[in-house]
Amino acid sequence: MTDSAEQGGETPSRRRTRTGLLFALIPVAAFVVIGVFLFRGLSLDPSEIYSVLIDKPAPAFDLAPLPGKEHGLATSDLTQPVQLVNVFASWCVACRVEHPLLMELKRNGTVPIYGLNYKDQPQAALNWLRNFGDPYDRIGSDLNGRVGIDFGVYGVPETFIVNGEGIIVRKITGPITPQILQKELLPLIAEMQK
Amino acid sequence: MSRSALATLIGAALLILSLPAFAIFTEKPLADPEQEARAQHLMREFRCLVCQNQAISESHADLAGDMRAIVRERIAAGDDNDAVRQYFIDRYGDWVLLDPPLNRKTILLWAGGGVILLVGAGLIFIRMRRSTRSGALGQTALSEAEKAELERLMREQG
Amino acid sequence: MAPELGQYALVLAILVAVVQAIVPQIGAYRRDAAWMGVAPVAARAQFLLVLFAFGCLMTSFIASDFSVVNVFENSHSLKPMIYKISGVWGNHEGSLLLWILILTLFGAAVAQFGQNLPPTLQARVLSVQAMIGVGFLAFILFTSNPFARLDPAPFEGAGLNPLLQDPALAIHPPFLYLGYVGLSVAFSFAVAALIEGRVDPAWARWVRPWTLAAWCCLTAGIALGSYWAYYELGWGGWWFWDPVENASFMPWLAATALLHSSIVVEKRDALKSWTVLLAILAFSLSLLGTFLVRSGVLNSVHAFASDPARGVFILAFLVFVVGGSLTLYAIRAPSLKGGGLFRPISREGTLVLNNLLLSTACFTVLLGTLYPLFLDAVAEEKVSVGPPYFNAVFVPLMTPLIAALAIGPMLAWKRGDLAGVMGRLKFVAAIAVLVGLGMAWYAWNVMPLAVLGFALVAWLSLGVFREWAERVRLFRWDIADSWRRATGLPRASYGMSVAHLGVALTVFGITASEAWQEEKQVFMRPGDVQTVSDFELTFVGAERLPGPNYSSLAGTFAVTRNGQPVTILQPEARTFTNPPMETTEAAIRTTLAGDLYTVVGEGDGQGGYAVRLYYKPMVIWIWLGTLAMMIGGMISLSDRRHRIGAPARKPAEAADTDRDSGALAAAGAGD
Repeated sequence: MTDSAEQGGETPSRRRTRTGLLFALIPVAAFVVIGVFLFRGLSLDPSEIYSVLIDKPAPAFDLAPLPGKEHGLATSDLTQPVQLVNVFASWCVACRVEHPLLMELKRNGTVPIYGLNYKDQPQAALNWLRNFGDPYDRIGSDLNGRVGIDFGVYGVPETFIVNGEGIIVRKITGPITPQILQKELLPLIAEMQK
Repeated sequence: MSRSALATLIGAALLILSLPAFAIFTEKPLADPEQEARAQHLMREFRCLVCQNQAISESHADLAGDMRAIVRERIAAGDDNDAVRQYFIDRYGDWVLLDPPLNRKTILLWAGGGVILLVGAGLIFIRMRRSTRSGALGQTALSEAEKAELERLMREQG
Repeated sequence: MAPELGQYALVLAILVAVVQAIVPQIGAYRRDAAWMGVAPVAARAQFLLVLFAFGCLMTSFIASDFSVVNVFENSHSLKPMIYKISGVWGNHEGSLLLWILILTLFGAAVAQFGQNLPPTLQARVLSVQAMIGVGFLAFILFTSNPFARLDPAPFEGAGLNPLLQDPALAIHPPFLYLGYVGLSVAFSFAVAALIEGRVDPAWARWVRPWTLAAWCCLTAGIALGSYWAYYELGWGGWWFWDPVENASFMPWLAATALLHSSIVVEKRDALKSWTVLLAILAFSLSLLGTFLVRSGVLNSVHAFASDPARGVFILAFLVFVVGGSLTLYAIRAPSLKGGGLFRPISREGTLVLNNLLLSTACFTVLLGTLYPLFLDAVAEEKVSVGPPYFNAVFVPLMTPLIAALAIGPMLAWKRGDLAGVMGRLKFVAAIAVLVGLGMAWYAWNVMPLAVLGFALVAWLSLGVFREWAERVRLFRWDIADSWRRATGLPRASYGMSVAHLGVALTVFGITASEAWQEEKQVFMRPGDVQTVSDFELTFVGAERLPGPNYSSLAGTFAVTRNGQPVTILQPEARTFTNPPMETTEAAIRTTLAGDLYTVVGEGDGQGGYAVRLYYKPMVIWIWLGTLAMMIGGMISLSDRRHRIGAPARKPAEAADTDRDSGALAAAGAGD
């Protein structure tokens, strides 16, 4: 069949073959585009939701302390040049993973850490802090999780970096890893404290 | 694969995202049936953020339960549907809407199908016109090569 | 011992596949019969080796040999036997092995049933098939070894995800893979044809049975998955437009388009380069689905890092297979000569419309599935593309498709008489309009789309019947003659009618269940009564019951209608410990008229239980429709004209008995 097409030999059919080649290239071109995106996709996390609160003021809230603790947590407490607001809960397995790093930050006095105790039994939270250590300067008890939702929380732990004007600068979803701490968090904090 | 992979992933999500125990669906409907109907309808529009493509109306996840409660509260407080939508968009972005809103970011998504349909229809139209025209010029007769080919085919299959 | 033997067999299989990929290809080029003859032998050997490896893995599962990582992670000694077996493919590595098994099965089948193919074509098809095999065998051996050992061996396994412990889900993946992988044969035929530079009606006839078989299995796989979602997820939904579902739906849409376009190649020797492209795309979409599901690009959950090496590997393979075949297509397709006359009002015209709409539908699913990824990569923004989007784009595409479905089969090839066909369809049209009007009066306030849906159902189902009646001349009132014609109709023609009727049934089920579904989410205490549709449901109570590997909260409803007892429904909420998880087991009373669907949830500690009660009218017709589509495909497959290598009827005889089989006359002869 191929040869019969070529035997046609007249100009129109040759022109047709050329446009045919052009059309025949479309699928492979489309695939290249899709392939590039798929490759990009391998290094993206589909379930991470970019916070819409970045560069916006932290939501207004005023949470009571855990029983027996002195300080609760409110928007008006976010006055340091830089502070972390860490969403945690005793039922949260991954919170245990990042906990030693928070303790280390606390020991070094790098940055004030405020805890948002998300949908937790206060007693369970207190036990948890007693067992593993308490890295928080203030803790607000978000019993019904509404403040969490105001912060756009969807998977604990989450950490918000808030500046002196109470603006959310960055959000880390999921546990802080040593890598995130060294590569992103510490440089950012140092920059903001300048 | 489809559902089994989905199920595995749902399982993984439940274990790894550190969700609290299963939501107890002790949800009281709104007293006003009309408001409740509106709430139920809206719940189908919002994505359960920790699930795979599920609406909050269909999710056991704790967060979805909280979001359902908020939908009911906002409606009871007199919010219209757009205000409820805006409430969640302000906190979670457009991602929270299962139905992507039409804006500059989604124009390709909404227009894509139509564009392909029109381009395809256009191509077919051109091809058909061309073939009818060349047909009118008497191209239906077989070339020598085609005749040979046909004969070969008949032999091969007959 | 078995795991080592299995792995050894896989290594041998990949060596055989390499030989099968190279030697027959060279043999076909040099027209060397001996070299080409390697292909069928190697294909069978490859199949046996992979079958042996698969048997080894299954042995480990049945024996609960927890020294094998895969068995440890996905099985448990207390699990019922059927789920020990289905656990083999209930995980990444095992399901990949099943995929390869089916791939080699199809290779062996081509070797077996393709003996009447021209030797060069068969050699090239098997060579391409082996190239795919090499890729997947390398994938499993280098990134996903199902036979890896654990030392020391644990005493107990981690258990299979409880959602997977279900009969429908046990058999769903094998069907789905038969579909996905079956499309590889059409792909290999397409690539072989491009290498040979020849696509003709004979080629289309050889490809068609493979596509049909794959399509039937894919239909069954998707329908099973959807039915499982319906009764297991506990929300009464049956299709969620989840990326993983879309991954199976896209190849189905492409394969459906391919089935129809290959008819045009067969009868009219036209649409050739398009059909080849569809054959490539259908399998490419299967591979894309595999990539999407296994790489975590669309479904990964954070902190659940799927192995990036796997994603990179499949992508590289995708680039090789899809990129390579499409490049070959770009080089060769322009020289594939199109057929003769083509008019919009003709059978082939409606088939082109069918292809346009199906491929647009396929494209919108692809776009909707990949768009979140696309936007994330380009703009670092997230957007959800959920069911409302897909429903919004699907209805306008399916409406003209179904409308044309009744007309197409009645149009003649080449030069159809639309006015004439519409004249013969005027009764059908009148009834469809009447149904539409009736529905507009009855259901407009419930769901305006229901009006359209039911009118289309009436139009299509009566149209299918009208077409059959015309073929057998039912209305000429010569019963004997009609009977003779009815029995003489080719099976492919019956297959088409049944499959098209299946579409009507599915649309019917979707429309009715969406329009008149009733739903109640309430708290009930023992003795409470709720009314759903015309059923009264009395909540008798709930109790904890032990199961083989779970404990269950079982609720009991006594169902009556007009005071007459109907049935007892016992939905359960099961709590599994290995792994810890809860599932809902809805109790459903299914009848052709509708499903009564009950779910029980947790108690409030004071004797009250949260329950969900649904009534879903005609919902079972959705799956009866898919069943009809599948049966239609199988009837068509049994047509002797579709058997590979079956001798074609003489043109003269064909033209005499039915206008459908003028295959050879259409080989370019014109009219």
